[in-house]
Amino acid sequence: MKIVVDFDLCESNAICMQIAPDIFEVRDDDFLYVLNEEPGEEDRARVDECVQRCPKQAISVQG
Amino acid sequence: MTRRSVTIVGASLAGIRAAEALRRQDFDGSITLIGDELHAPYDRPPLSKQFLAGDWGEDRLALTQPDKLDDLDLELRLGVRATSFDLASRRLGIVDLDDQGCSGRGGRGGEEFVVDGLLIATGARCRTLRGSEGLDGVFVLRSLDDSLAIRAAFDAGPTRVVVVGAGFIGAEVAATARTQGLEVTMIESLPQPLSRVLGDEMGAVCAELHREHGVDLRTGVGVEAIEGEDRVERVRLSDGSVIEADVVVVGIGVVPNTEWLEGSGLRIDNGVVCDATCLAAPGVTAAGDVARWPNQRFGEVMRVEHWDNAVSQGAHAAGRLLVGDDEAEPFVPVPWFWSDQYDRKIQMAGRIGPDDEMHVATGSLAERRFAAIYGRAGRLVGVLGFNRPRHVMRYRMLIESGTSFSDAVAAEF
Ligand SMILES: Cc1cc2nc3c(=O)[nH]c(=O)nc-3n(C[C@H](O)[C@H](O)[C@H](O)COP(=O)(O)OP(=O)(O)OC[C@H]3O[C@@H](n4cnc5c(N)ncnc54)[C@H](O)[C@@H]3O)c2cc1C
Ligand code: SF4
Repeated sequence: MKIVVDFDLCESNAICMQIAPDIFEVRDDDFLYVLNEEPGEEDRARVDECVQRCPKQAISVQG
Repeated sequence: MTRRSVTIVGASLAGIRAAEALRRQDFDGSITLIGDELHAPYDRPPLSKQFLAGDWGEDRLALTQPDKLDDLDLELRLGVRATSFDLASRRLGIVDLDDQGCSGRGGRGGEEFVVDGLLIATGARCRTLRGSEGLDGVFVLRSLDDSLAIRAAFDAGPTRVVVVGAGFIGAEVAATARTQGLEVTMIESLPQPLSRVLGDEMGAVCAELHREHGVDLRTGVGVEAIEGEDRVERVRLSDGSVIEADVVVVGIGVVPNTEWLEGSGLRIDNGVVCDATCLAAPGVTAAGDVARWPNQRFGEVMRVEHWDNAVSQGAHAAGRLLVGDDEAEPFVPVPWFWSDQYDRKIQMAGRIGPDDEMHVATGSLAERRFAAIYGRAGRLVGVLGFNRPRHVMRYRMLIESGTSFSDAVAAEF
């Protein structure tokens, strides 16, 4: 599974960081950083939740 | 708890997310999702923003993709309205809105069937201004079709758009119209926009934002009448002034869609009344804009009209149908909301009241880039941010962990 964030859409509201802080982090510069772009299957449920909870529909998953 | 089937009424944000949550929790019974709109489930926030501006097409609104929908293995019945429910017999009445009925049922008569689990997610609809119905050029904004109609009216190059109500939806419509170069007058009966929620000081910050972008904002004044022959021609205000207008958008709040539940045996009072776990009656839950429940975190009965709440309450209410009373968890979110106006991202988390103690934690009101935090009875209860999304989330986490107001004031991010 590969995480793709559309940074033109992302507004760094950190909803995803609340759900999966080990994968998403909004830093002091107010940008979102994807800490782990290819998490394992065990993270799929949480990543799916991030995809759904992202109000800007900025996160997608390939594979 | 073994449940054979779940019927979800309302095929929008809360309804779709509820169906997804059921499957995520390995529910393998049947799911029926009933919605009275003809469009495939779509997202509403862009309807006053990117979609209204013409920047996004319909494809960007989809709440789910066809393959994902297939995975959910549900019976999706669009263009079908629930018209009645009886708790004692668990009979749900529905009617196919398509008169011809491609199914050949002929619609009008409707049908009834017995449901097992029922999840109510019928949302809310716009309040209208009495006397303006049937007048061309007067709009509300809730649905995709509403947004398309307003977009067409904007494209026709009106000489003036009047927005009635400076709440979040009205403010976004005004911002989108101004960004397209249209002349806009916005009318608000409160002394400042949103002052009932944010207080006068923050309301004034919102007012200034619109005035700086060229909106003719009139506050503390109501609408007497919307006048015209067939089309709207002018708006008459309570201070005697008259504004010529060819497009009027009314954004004066919403009412929950509960009429179909009258006489059902469920308690209806400004929404479907639920317990702390989102349960309205045995085997019946509610979620999203239509649900009212006591949020134990704030010791307050609330009905929340925010996107994020529809998502998380949809999931919670779905899970609630799968567990017994003793395992059920209360639904205790910190509500969170955003609104995009011009180049400002306004966000609010928690519960803000006009009498709360307020502290500007970062940035400045003058620059309209700040995060302000709110305290009540010594506790951090809310945060309001203009272009400070990260701070809003940090403080939201502090609200979640029950931080005192003084600790929140001392915190640094
Ligand atoms: C223009 C606009 C902009 C918004 N912007 C934001 C924003 O920026 N940020 C934010 O946090 N929130 C925003 N919101 C609010 C957010 O969209 C709502 O909170 C959310 O849509 C609620 O979801 P819901 O599923 O509970 O209800 P709804 O989205 O109202 O869906 C209910 C569905 O049930 C259907 N229905 C009703 N009665 C029946 C019946 N009897 N039988 C069958 N179907 C029925 C309705 O037609 C509808 O499809 C916005 C809303 C609008 C309208
Ligand atoms: S939830 Fe979406 S918009 Fe928010 S930070 Fe994550 S990717 Fe960006």
